[in-house]
Formats: sequence, C-alpha cells, structure tokens
Amino acid sequence: MKKIGVFICHCGINIKDTVDVDRLTEELADYPGVAYIENYMFMCSDPGQNHIKDAIHERKLDGVVVAACSPTLHESTFQTVLKESGLNEYQMEIANIREQCSWVHTDIEQATHKAKLIIKTAIEKLKLNESLYPVSAPVTKKALVIGGGIAGIQAALDIADAGFQVIMVEKKPSIGGHMIQLSETFPTLDCSQCILTPKMVALSKHKNIKLYVNSEVESIDGYVGNFNVKIKQEALYVDPAKCNLCDDCTEVCPVLVPSEQDEGLSWRKAIYIPFPQAIPATYTLDVENCLGLEPIACGKCREKCIAEAINYDATDTIIEEEVGAVILATGFDLYPVENIPEYGYGKYPDVITSLQFERILSATGPTGGEIYRPSDGKVPKEIVFVQCSGSRDPEHHLSYCSKICCMYTLKHAKLYKHKVHNGQPYIFYIDIRAGGKRYEEFVQQAVSEEGILYIRGKVAKIYKEGDKMIVIGMDTLSNKKIEVKADLVVLAMGIVPSEGSHDLVKRLKINTDDKGFLSEAHPKLRPVESLQAGFYLAGTSQGPRDIPDSVSQASGAAAKALILLSSDKIYHSPIIASVDEDLCSGCAICVGTCPYGARELNEVSKVVEVNEILCEGCGACISACPSGAAQQKNLTDDQIDNMIKIIASGK
Amino acid sequence: MKDFEPKIVCFLCKWCTYSGADLAGTSRMKYPPNGVVIKTLCSSRVDPQHILLAFSKGCDGVFIGGCHPGDCHYQSGNYKTKRRIILLKKVLKQLGLNTNRLRLEWISASEGKKFANTMVEFTDQIKKLGPIPKINCE
Repeated sequence: MKKIGVFICHCGINIKDTVDVDRLTEELADYPGVAYIENYMFMCSDPGQNHIKDAIHERKLDGVVVAACSPTLHESTFQTVLKESGLNEYQMEIANIREQCSWVHTDIEQATHKAKLIIKTAIEKLKLNESLYPVSAPVTKKALVIGGGIAGIQAALDIADAGFQVIMVEKKPSIGGHMIQLSETFPTLDCSQCILTPKMVALSKHKNIKLYVNSEVESIDGYVGNFNVKIKQEALYVDPAKCNLCDDCTEVCPVLVPSEQDEGLSWRKAIYIPFPQAIPATYTLDVENCLGLEPIACGKCREKCIAEAINYDATDTIIEEEVGAVILATGFDLYPVENIPEYGYGKYPDVITSLQFERILSATGPTGGEIYRPSDGKVPKEIVFVQCSGSRDPEHHLSYCSKICCMYTLKHAKLYKHKVHNGQPYIFYIDIRAGGKRYEEFVQQAVSEEGILYIRGKVAKIYKEGDKMIVIGMDTLSNKKIEVKADLVVLAMGIVPSEGSHDLVKRLKINTDDKGFLSEAHPKLRPVESLQAGFYLAGTSQGPRDIPDSVSQASGAAAKALILLSSDKIYHSPIIASVDEDLCSGCAICVGTCPYGARELNEVSKVVEVNEILCEGCGACISACPSGAAQQKNLTDDQIDNMIKIIASGK
Repeated sequence: MKDFEPKIVCFLCKWCTYSGADLAGTSRMKYPPNGVVIKTLCSSRVDPQHILLAFSKGCDGVFIGGCHPGDCHYQSGNYKTKRRIILLKKVLKQLGLNTNRLRLEWISASEGKKFANTMVEFTDQIKKLGPIPKINCE
C-alpha cells in the first residue's frame, strides 16, 4: 500500500478556528495508508513546504494529501513541492477544508467531522492515483489562414511578423474580402481602401506568407500541431508570372458578366481583374463564362496576349501543406434579400442592398462615388434606409441582431448628405445600437446636425408608383401607419455565415452554433479558440462584428496560434480518458458523446482508441460506456466509488 | 427524527459549481455541513451507477452541480447529464425511492449565494424525507 503523508493547514485561524486540527491529526493517524500526519500554521509558506519535503524524504512517502484551501489557489504550489522532492506531481491531492468547510460552517464539532470525511475521500482517491506525465507531441511551425478578408489578413500578418510561415487560402481571385468593397468606415469616415490596401500589399510582399487565391481547403487531417492540409487551386489560365497587366485581354473579350466587386451594379468581362488594386495583381479567367476553352468559339484573349500568359489547357491542382495551427476567417455574406419578397428587390432596380449602396458611395465604384439611382441615373432626393432587413425577426427571418447595420446605415445617410446637401434621408429602425468607442457620439452628431429623420418601426411593404418608391411602415412611437415616398430604398441586410463556409466547416468537423457561425470554446473565456484544438476563429466567421472587433479578434486568434507555434512540443493535461482493450466491445457509443472527435473505432481491432492530444478529459464518454472499459485517468470509477463509500459511511 | 443528519454526496463540476461553492466560502456564507464534495471535471462524468451506489451504501441524498445550459466548458456535457438524470429518476421511482433525493442544479462560478441557498434547501428537504430506505442496486 502507498505510504501517504497528510498535512493539515491551520491557515492562520481561518481553518483552525472552526476545525479542530489537533483532533483530526490524532484521529486520522491510524487511518489505513496514512504513514505520517502533522498540522502546521501555514502549509503554503516556505517552512510549511519544507515540512512536506522533509517528511517525503524521511518517511519515504509515496503520496501527499494537503488539507488546506481550495485547489484553485495552491494545487500547483504543492505539485511543485512533490516534483522537487522527486515524486510525481499527480501523487498529491488537496482536501479543500477551507472554502468548502471551515468558512461555511460554524459548529466546530460538525465542521471537524466534515473535514475528516473530506480528507478521507482525498486519501482514498490518492491511493489509486497513477503517476502521470503531460501528453506531448511535436509542432509544425506553420499556420494556415482560411479567408483573406480583413480578419484573415490581420491574423496572417501578425503570425508572419512573429517569424512563422503562413499559408493563406482565399476562394476569390483577390484578397480583401468585403472590406475592400466598402466606401468609408464608421465612426471615423476614413476610406476603407486607403486603410486596407497597404495591408494587402504588405501581405503579398511578406517573405513568410504564401498566398493561394481561387483556392479552397478540401480537407484537413491530423491533429493539433500536426495538420495535413489539402488545397484545391483552380486552374491558372493566366500565368501571374507572365501577365503584365496590360488589359489588352479584357478589351477583346466579348463576354459580359455582372461584377461581383460592384455587387452586380456594373459589368466585367470573362477575363478580368476584380479591381485595380487586387492582390495578387493578375488577371483571372472566369472559366464558367469564358468561350475560349473551345478555341473555335473564341480564343481572342490568347491571340491578343503578347506576354503569352494565357493557357486554356491549365488544370486544377491539389496542393498539400503541413501546418500546426489553423485560423478560420471565413467571413460573412448578406442575408438573401430574395427571402423578403415584400421589399421588391429584384423587381424594382431602385431597391438595393446596403453593400450595393457602399459601391455607389465608393470612389472606385460604378458611379465613381457620385450618388445616382440605378433605374434612371437620377440623383435621389429622398432615400429610405430600412434597418434590420432580415434581422431580429425570429418568426420569419434571422433571430439575431447583425450588430453593424445601425452604424453603417447612419454612415450611409451621412455620406449621402455630404454629397446631396438638399437630400432627405429617412431611417426605419427598431433600436439604435451604438455600443462602440465613439459610436454614440457619431449617432448624436448625425441626428443633431445632419437632419437625418429616424422613424421607429418596421417596413411592411415597398412598391413603385410613378417614378417613386412607396415605403409603407408602422411608426411604433405614434402607433400610426406611415408612408414615405422615396427615390431610392437601401436595405440594411442582416449578416449570415459566408456561402460555402457551411460545407467547409462540415468537412473540417468544426462546431457551429445554430445559426451556422463558428462556435468558440467558451463564450467568455475562450472566445477566439474553437473547441477543436489547434483551430482559432477570427472575424465574422464567429458572429456579426465590425472592423475594429474583427481586427482585434484576429490578433487575438494569431496570439493564441503563436502560443502553439512557438512551443517545440505541445503539452496537454494527462487527466484524460483511457480504454481497457480487454473490456471494450467496440459498440462505439462513446464516439458520439465526444465533442472533440477524440474517440475513434479502430476498424481492425474493433476497439475504440483515444487520441490523447484531442481529449480534454470531460469524462462524458466514461459514464456512457456500458462495459466500464472507458476510464478517466486518476478519476476512475473505482476512485469515485471509494469516495462515495466514505461519504455514505458517514465516518 | 430530530437528530437525523443526512449524508449527502455532492458531485460538482470543476468549472462552474465547484468554483461557485468556493465563492460561497470566500463570501463566508453559511450552510449545513451535510454535503461532502466529489470534484469532477464535468457533470457528465457522473455515471448513474455512482448515484445508485451512493443510495445503496446509505447516502440520503445526491446533488449534482453543473454549468448553465450553453456555458458548459465542454460544450454539451451538461445536456448529457440532464438527460441521464431525467432517465435515472424514472429508475429511482421504480426502486421505490423519492426522486427528490436526487437533485441537479446549474450553478455558475459567480453564484456562491445560489450554491449556499441550494445546500440549505436540499439538506432541509432530505431531512424531511428522512433516512434512506434500504435498497440494493449492486
């Protein structure tokens, strides 16, 4: 049997005043397994720690129970004492007789009795404790960033600046995300492109960053610190190394396609550069719309290209990379406006989305920053902005608040007033949510100085009468039906996870919430980590948020990834699940209970195996195991049962 | 029944209820000393068999404390616990035990007061129910 030392702390008077420590010492001295027992005023002090060290050496103890304060305070202190004395740190148990005994009870008799039971349960647990060592594995010092919007860009730059290699994968032909489409940004009204393009250039020139555009992650295998990534890159019909950006190809291309960059408000060709500042700076051949893949039909661009950069025979390639950490920055899309047919989008060209209005306001947009309405090019004299289009409507659309619409709508109204001085903006709103630094001031200034009219209520219907759009809504402050005639209607659409992210996270087995946004490991304390170890979350992939929040979250995610990448090995608590191969029947009930995918049925041996790096030690699988094959290290069923027996005996 | 002091096992999850119990201590709240704590990492570690063993060995009550729904450190452990406890209560009924002897509560790390109050109430409830009748679940 293990020789156990019991050390009872007085904690000054904190324990001693309510718990009779001398009597405890006397009564427990003969308890089976106890080879040494003493009490002392401050066990955590240097002399106290030395008492333990001396006893370990002199009495040749195998384990130690410290009856003191909560393990939250000094568990690691006493674990270190054991390590320094040559014992395994897991041969130490804390009996919490302060927070959960002396401080909450008043009767000395009762408190002493309870303290005795607590110490006995700790002794019983310790008797069956194994010596454990942290689980370790090597780390591949490279990160993968999925998504090249502002969040992905920031995370990639932070990691690369710290000296680690970064692989960035972007689905579209250029990085920049939605931010590159924006005109000016609230609350400072600085130009979105002016603050983003330097970062894009920095990324493209960074020696530690490798960028794959027109690419998607197909699969990620392996585990934290050691992932194998397969990236599918679309065929490079235009060789970026040869393309000299002369633009001759677009001039001869006969195909017109609605521009993604301008949200369909302008046209692009089938061979195109998404916008002049695109990174990488090269042309892309849109294979779905190009006629040239059948050279008899077209082939004009290749004929025209002096640099001989165009190759119609290029094929998709699969690229394999090894990384240690993955940052998910898959971004957002607008809630499909087609889901709100009563607003007439698609039917009336003068009902547009908020992102389309961003393009109209942008100096690089289809109107060069001048405000004209799409139907007839007239300057709109009255604009209605409809906030919460698709948001905060659990019965019909999205239940949640999309967080940024209040602020960007107000920005839209302001920028409109700056261009059209005699124009009148109306904003339909439910509440104004301006909870950010200098946001409320931005709202107050606009309301008092810019003449923007706020109408509290939801819009029921939008239709056309003559050349005016009629917006019918309810003013919930006066409880009256309200009708506004407008030249242009802008719908502040809610935010949903980006198209394609659903399939991606399913392939990668990343948890999402019921809205499809990526789930964080803890809503308050681990907001940038996924529950899947080694995956970190940045930007709107996790939920609606504005640019400053996306950037800070991205830096947070990068910092978390850097902790992993800067370690030579990853260590992990050894208090995890194990499987007794002789008892396991291979029923695999446990596999479904694991939120981390740490359990897998070995198809050959028909026994479930635990991935020690992925297991977080919750124990859900253990209580689900019908045969008792699954156990938690140092909290086995036998250990729990022995503790229960002590409590049940009441002695 | 005046001198009856119930024996209660309290399974507390490390992240929420165990910390809540610590907070009750640092706040010097008072509650009866009948419950003795077994710390688990998650409430989902508590196997119904442990509860049955506790009752069969003479515990008069069993308490389980976990994180609030949505707050589980392990994402969904508390939901698993809830389902197991609902099912187990049906078994307890068949064994002729009053299901009030088993209690599951969501108590967060900031709810020291709730922990103390729950201990007062639960101990009182078990006192009223009296000592556990003899059962054999082994």
